[in-house]
Amino acid sequence: MSDIIRRDPRAEWIARNRLHPLHAAMQPAQQSWMGPNGVMRKNVHGVGFIGPNGIKRIDRSGAQQGGVTKRAASATVQLPLHQVAAPAFFIAVVPDMVGGRLSSHDRDLLGLARQLAGSDGAVLAVVFGECKETAFATAGVDRLLLLDSQGYAPEQRVLGLRAVDNQFAPRHWLLPDSRTGGGELGRRLAASLGERPATRVWQVKDGACIGRAGAGLQDMAQPLRRLILATAECAEPVSETRHEALVVQLSTAVVPCLPRIEDLGAVEVDPAAVPMAEAEFILSGGNGIKDWGLFHRAAAALGATEGASRVAVDDGFMGRDRQVGASGTWVTARVYVAVGISGAIQHLQGIGACDKVVAINLDPGCDMIKRADLSVIGDGAAVLEALIVAVDNWRQGTLTPALSQREREPIVSVR
Amino acid sequence: MTIATVALVSIGAHPASGRARRAEQDARAVELGLELAGESLHVLHAGNPHEPALRAYLGMGLDELHVLEQPDGADAVPVLRDYIREAGVQLVLTGSQAETGEGSGMLPYLLAEELGWPLLVGVAQIESIHNGVAQVLQALPRGQRRRLQVRLPFLVTVDNAAPKARQSAYGPATRGLVNAEVVEIVTDELSTTGVLQPARPRPKRLKVIKAKSGADRMKAATAKAAGGSGQVHTGLSAQAGAEVILKLLIEEGVVR
Repeated sequence: MSDIIRRDPRAEWIARNRLHPLHAAMQPAQQSWMGPNGVMRKNVHGVGFIGPNGIKRIDRSGAQQGGVTKRAASATVQLPLHQVAAPAFFIAVVPDMVGGRLSSHDRDLLGLARQLAGSDGAVLAVVFGECKETAFATAGVDRLLLLDSQGYAPEQRVLGLRAVDNQFAPRHWLLPDSRTGGGELGRRLAASLGERPATRVWQVKDGACIGRAGAGLQDMAQPLRRLILATAECAEPVSETRHEALVVQLSTAVVPCLPRIEDLGAVEVDPAAVPMAEAEFILSGGNGIKDWGLFHRAAAALGATEGASRVAVDDGFMGRDRQVGASGTWVTARVYVAVGISGAIQHLQGIGACDKVVAINLDPGCDMIKRADLSVIGDGAAVLEALIVAVDNWRQGTLTPALSQREREPIVSVR
Repeated sequence: MTIATVALVSIGAHPASGRARRAEQDARAVELGLELAGESLHVLHAGNPHEPALRAYLGMGLDELHVLEQPDGADAVPVLRDYIREAGVQLVLTGSQAETGEGSGMLPYLLAEELGWPLLVGVAQIESIHNGVAQVLQALPRGQRRRLQVRLPFLVTVDNAAPKARQSAYGPATRGLVNAEVVEIVTDELSTTGVLQPARPRPKRLKVIKAKSGADRMKAATAKAAGGSGQVHTGLSAQAGAEVILKLLIEEGVVR
């Protein structure tokens, strides 16, 4: 049903016409009545009606009528549920889960797994470490296995996957052939299982697969292997069904091994030296920035790569190589903080691939705020100053109390 | 103290012309080895010793190159494993993927598995080796680095994050020695099951719009930047706003 709010003249007419058989049904809900203890009760929520612009209105002149709201609850399309009660076989997928979420590469891979599983098999996703993903069901996961993992421990992960292999004996193992971990883990698993993998696979069809070979000048066509390392866009992601994503457990705990490779942690890199197209965290400034010294200090304090909008570059505050947008760099940052950028369409195109966008802006109606996942309406300079202080405090371990007590009431627009 | 270091090299192919050349990543492995071990670096190739492109590695300042002679399609893993075992090697450097043949990148993994050594992938720099313990910088995507500690002996693969290989000089390349060694030939199973064919361009993914009604199609065609689900904080003080932002940055793990 259409979501557009319209007046219903016929309903209003029936509400006015006392002789109409439907007159009683069209009356607005009862506003006050005598309670069981003789106390008058009021329905405060029933006051007013939703006007033609979608704004709640209260008409105190007494002429209010026809206020029966007919608006359907925003209909979210419920995809059909695909259930595999007793799977005949498993297709195991080990998604990369960059930042704890399924990437588009992972979704493509799950789509391929669903193709291979058909109607009898189940797709088993094996996820290491923390995960923030909530959409496993729509991504095509029938069974979900969560395994513990901390830091860089490829040998421990291979042991975990071997335990999965023993218990579920999946018909195929699918891993993303990516630099973010899948390519390495898949090859380690292949060496450990003694399986020969099909690598850089970009097409699976009729029991055969094609993968890029060598330096990309040749393709390798071979029968489908048990272990497949697939590239991005190897198949269409699942979009037409919903899946159960039932959590399963390993029957035996994974034996911890003595790590031969010790992870000493991430090394500080100069954020300015990271190419902007592949930087993970960008602090970007636009026309709203007046104090560029402060902006540079904030970027240094946060450890962010600097970016700029076209206006800032044209005005000479930042180099041309720092421009984000259609005529500059198309960035792929996971987190993009835009300070004083109102969000021209060319700029929004450039940040299309970003995961989380944070906007700091004075204008609550600008396009950047519509795009952003988190926006703070306020003066960019003041927020940046506060951000530098907050980061310093956090680094020193004296984190100021979180904002949870200060959560604000939702604003209801009643006019 | 120098550690017995071996760099495994292969013959590459130019990405545009397909002409034989030194493999880019293997050359970077040799460069890393030359910085680490200098003159004593041992460079090893399994394949055809008469290939002229092999001499490009000699041109990087090596006196000799060792070749385990094999025809095309032979399995390099067993011969390399035996050679490395017998030579008393402590450190093996190699590129992460061959530029000719299948180029699956499995060789270092299989060697590490059969030798029982740890394998470090995508190394950018070997920082130090003291008392048999090495500290290594590993390159991660998005320009990040991670420090790892590992005990000798171990295997290292390098990719394009490692320092660029020095230029190959023609004179030393022609003067250098190529020592070929005859080894037992093990045929590779893939040469019978897989077929190498010229690369086909990959089909472009089409933007499929699954709209049922005309209004939905119109919406999909004219959709502006999505979102709308974002939180908007109005009327917060600068400090409170900064706290909200910092909370998200910490959650996402970008502020360390």
